[in-house]
Amino acid sequence: MSDRTDLLLAIADDELILGWRNSEWTGIAPFLEEDVAFSSIAQNEIGHARALYELAAAELGTTADELAFDREPGEYRSAPLVELRRLEWARTIARHWLYETADEIRLDALKASDDPDIAGLAAKMDREETYHRMHAEMWVDRLLATDEGRTRLIEAIDELWPYALGVLDDELRPELVARAQEKLGRTLPDVEPVPRGAHEAELGELWEEMTMVRRSAPAGAQW
Amino acid sequence: MLGARAPEESAASESSAVPEAGSAGREASHGQGTIFEVFRQERKGQPFQHAGSVTAPDEAFAEIYAREQYARRQESVALWLVPRDALHEIDEFPDEFEMKYRRVDGYSIKARLAEARERAGTLDMAPGATSE
Repeated sequence: MSDRTDLLLAIADDELILGWRNSEWTGIAPFLEEDVAFSSIAQNEIGHARALYELAAAELGTTADELAFDREPGEYRSAPLVELRRLEWARTIARHWLYETADEIRLDALKASDDPDIAGLAAKMDREETYHRMHAEMWVDRLLATDEGRTRLIEAIDELWPYALGVLDDELRPELVARAQEKLGRTLPDVEPVPRGAHEAELGELWEEMTMVRRSAPAGAQW
Repeated sequence: MLGARAPEESAASESSAVPEAGSAGREASHGQGTIFEVFRQERKGQPFQHAGSVTAPDEAFAEIYAREQYARRQESVALWLVPRDALHEIDEFPDEFEMKYRRVDGYSIKARLAEARERAGTLDMAPGATSE
């Protein structure tokens, strides 16, 4: 597998798994408007995953569905940050904001890529991610504005920080540290990143659920 | 706000989509902020029409929520958000003298129209002419 498909699959898997995790709030988000907005963000992420899988699939001679659903859990290249199941709002917002901040840095690098397909798709994704970032930033500002919100958000960010560092490679990571520290006005711990490939146990459970329908139907079933 | 949504809150959010007469200026009953009425324009040049409402803690959240609910499928080219407080509602229109003649429906013109058409020889061309 080329570095190109490896990169595409890493980002696609991030977006698919995070989209799945975010969709777990559908129906139970803190209030109705947030429910709709967060579900819509989840759908966008899955749409990005599909576009990325399609690019990789063209190179590998397979399909987006096969890449999304027919690999074993161990073959996914997602960052453990997106695999964690934390159905608690402060952690959800912390993860959402950490991921979107890292993703912006990654997309900026991809937009400058020599590969026109990758640069084009990155620019297209970024136009939607702008609204995800607005949403994440607003929530972070709002939580930081009260004592309880701040305490809960900072606690969540501290827990997730080593995972957030694992989203980016060594080259881009310092930018994430700089942006996160600036927003929070606080020094974040200098810890070892949780690397890609070090899957969380939760990924297995998610995979079982996510691939259930696909596995129950014979290959090539028409819907 | 951080916990799971209570059923009564969800019901309040949904019912707030259709403001009742005389409710202008009332705060959201579930204490989650301000109700913003949303008007959407489907195509450039067309009038903005009331689409519904969103409840949000402030204008920035209202913008995000309105984008997601009324424009994410490219069904609008522009949105107006107006805090319900800012609307001046009028809902009393006295009609003490039943001045029906001021309205088009105050006149029964069906029979007269038929007569006129008969005179002009265009009765067959009138819509629904055969059933009358």
